[in-house]
Amino acid sequence: MTRHSDMSVRNRSKEFPLIRTRKLGRLYRTGEQVVTALKDVSFDINEGEFVAIMGPSGSGKSTLMNLLGTLDLPTSGDYFLDGENVADIAADELADLRNRTIGFVFQQFNLLPRMRALAQVTLPLTYARRRSGNLKEKARKQLALVGLEDRADHLPSQLSGGQQQRVAIARALINSPKLILADEPTGALDTATSKDLMRLFQRLNGAGITIILVTHDAEIAAYAQRKIVFRDGRIVTNKNQRNSRLLKVS
Amino acid sequence: MRLLDTILLAISALRMNFLRSILTTLGIIIGVASVILMVAVAEGARSEVEKRISSLGSNLLQLRPGSNRIRGRSVGADSRLPFSEGDVSDIRKKVPSVTAISGHFRRNGTIVYRNTDWLTNIDGVHSEYLQVRDWAVEIGRFFGEREYQAGAKVAVIGTTVARELFDDENSIGISMRIGDTPFEIIGVLEHKGATPSGRDQDDVILVPLSTLRSRLVKRHKLVPDQVGYVSVKIDETEDLSEAKEDIEFILRKRRGIKNSKSDNFYVRDVSAYQFAKTETQQTFSFLLAATAIISLIVGGIGIMNIMLVSVTERTREIGLRMAVGARRSDIRTQFLVEAVVLCLIGGIIGTVLGIGGAMAIALGANWPVLISPEVLALALAAAALTGISFGFFPAQRAARLNPIEALRSE
Ligand SMILES: Nc1ncnc2c1ncn2[C@@H]1O[C@H](COP(=O)(O)OP(=O)(O)O)[C@@H](O)[C@H]1O
Ligand SMILES: [Mg+2]
Repeated sequence: MTRHSDMSVRNRSKEFPLIRTRKLGRLYRTGEQVVTALKDVSFDINEGEFVAIMGPSGSGKSTLMNLLGTLDLPTSGDYFLDGENVADIAADELADLRNRTIGFVFQQFNLLPRMRALAQVTLPLTYARRRSGNLKEKARKQLALVGLEDRADHLPSQLSGGQQQRVAIARALINSPKLILADEPTGALDTATSKDLMRLFQRLNGAGITIILVTHDAEIAAYAQRKIVFRDGRIVTNKNQRNSRLLKVS
Repeated sequence: MRLLDTILLAISALRMNFLRSILTTLGIIIGVASVILMVAVAEGARSEVEKRISSLGSNLLQLRPGSNRIRGRSVGADSRLPFSEGDVSDIRKKVPSVTAISGHFRRNGTIVYRNTDWLTNIDGVHSEYLQVRDWAVEIGRFFGEREYQAGAKVAVIGTTVARELFDDENSIGISMRIGDTPFEIIGVLEHKGATPSGRDQDDVILVPLSTLRSRLVKRHKLVPDQVGYVSVKIDETEDLSEAKEDIEFILRKRRGIKNSKSDNFYVRDVSAYQFAKTETQQTFSFLLAATAIISLIVGGIGIMNIMLVSVTERTREIGLRMAVGARRSDIRTQFLVEAVVLCLIGGIIGTVLGIGGAMAIALGANWPVLISPEVLALALAAAALTGISFGFFPAQRAARLNPIEALRSE
């Protein structure tokens, strides 16, 4: 039996969680210096979870998010996404996998400066290998879902920070991904806007999307079901939160 | 990503830096314009030469007394020995590929009809002259071999003479005088127009060379049966150089030239002689070709430079595209298409300028404007090829970016 069919059997049996890391490590070599950004990180995240990742600056949170998003590869250990070891997947297939399965939300929004909101949202669709229906119509619906139906023709410079982040979320959602990876999505927003955004994430999680969110802010982390805390590249806490705002709402 | 989407993306990216994009394509513009000019000039010159040859008649050999090698210098007393009736009839008889042959002896003379007179060229020719020149009579007829042998006083006039002397009224059968001798007009030639050098070929009267010799030229000036220059038309299907050798052999024998001695006449292939005249045009074409290639290379380096700038400016965009699912090949294609579109824009502008320049040159040189669809395709293909060649390195650099570093860049 080949390795590939072996894994598809595992997939079907739901033995594997959406995300599984085992002794994951990432070293950075800059000249003589070696920085251990992550060391022996092992955890599982099931489909439908809402997980907050916390820790001081430089503790390896962004490094982990890059690995989970398949934008980077670990220097040691294994990362299984949907039952498949990412190290075994070819670069082009990883690109397709990101396109179908993962939506990214960044602290700095990462919108293209001279592109209107509707086109920003359409962008991932243009890289989809299989295309269906009217792209613009789909993007318009997605914008409506984040409450920006009347901002479709606006440039990023004509939108507030919160609105820009909503456009970015609409872009992340357009291919109906299983997983949203958000690295400090509220880092550039004020408190009220942050709370609005967290309610949006809650709603998406309620619809079944797995969300992993990095934050410094305990208030923000309180929206998640589970909190994983990092220090110096290692997990120091990994536990469910009884008093999660998510649980209170639902 | 679909190709059409990629092209539209490239156009919108270029529009954001409109002025920069246009300035960058300057080299391409000059290169493509040169390509078009070069081909138009070459084609124009060629058609000009072909026109000249066909106005002389095609598949033609011209016989001249004197040495081809020592031009202008007479070598010995008989070095300018003219051709005779015997030479003409011998060649006609012994070289089967000859379809027509004629001597051509020209003098100026005044023709008089009633109280009008007109100074024109009086050409003594043989009865096959019109076949040699690919010419024909419009009205009436030409003189035949019998009239030639008899030295008949008949004339065929060109259209200029017909207009000047007879106001284009019917002149067939009319008698007029050349000098003191009366001639009967038996035909009017087809209109032939001016030579490229501007001489009016229709300002002429054709008479039998035999008659010209006996009636119009003072005896002492002529060897008794001199025929002037001789033109020979060779069958289209036959080998011109073979016919040339046959004629040379006959003439050497008739003139008693031994094998070791050099000829005192020469036979020249009119088309070869005419093509040699286009050397200047070839030099011009070569210069334009060099300009085209250098401009395209310089233009290509400009394109490469601006594309590298563009990749640097849009590093973050590239990182984002990779994050949302662009393959490396998608990124490479995006920048390659952008370079090609940029070059094609330059190519189109260059094409317009090139066509304008070709028209100006054609107007100045009095050529037809010759720009074929193939040339336009060639010019645009050259532009596109430049885009692909010089866009590849920047596109490759974009495709190889690390997505994380790209996303973090400013
Ligand atoms: N590209 C890199 N090259 C070298 N060191 C890096 C690189 N990226 C991150 N690091 C280092 O790895 C550690 C973890 O960084 P990061 O994951 O960005 O932390 P966080 O997001 O938690 O602030 C830090 O010490 C940082 O300096
Ligand atoms: Mg970080």
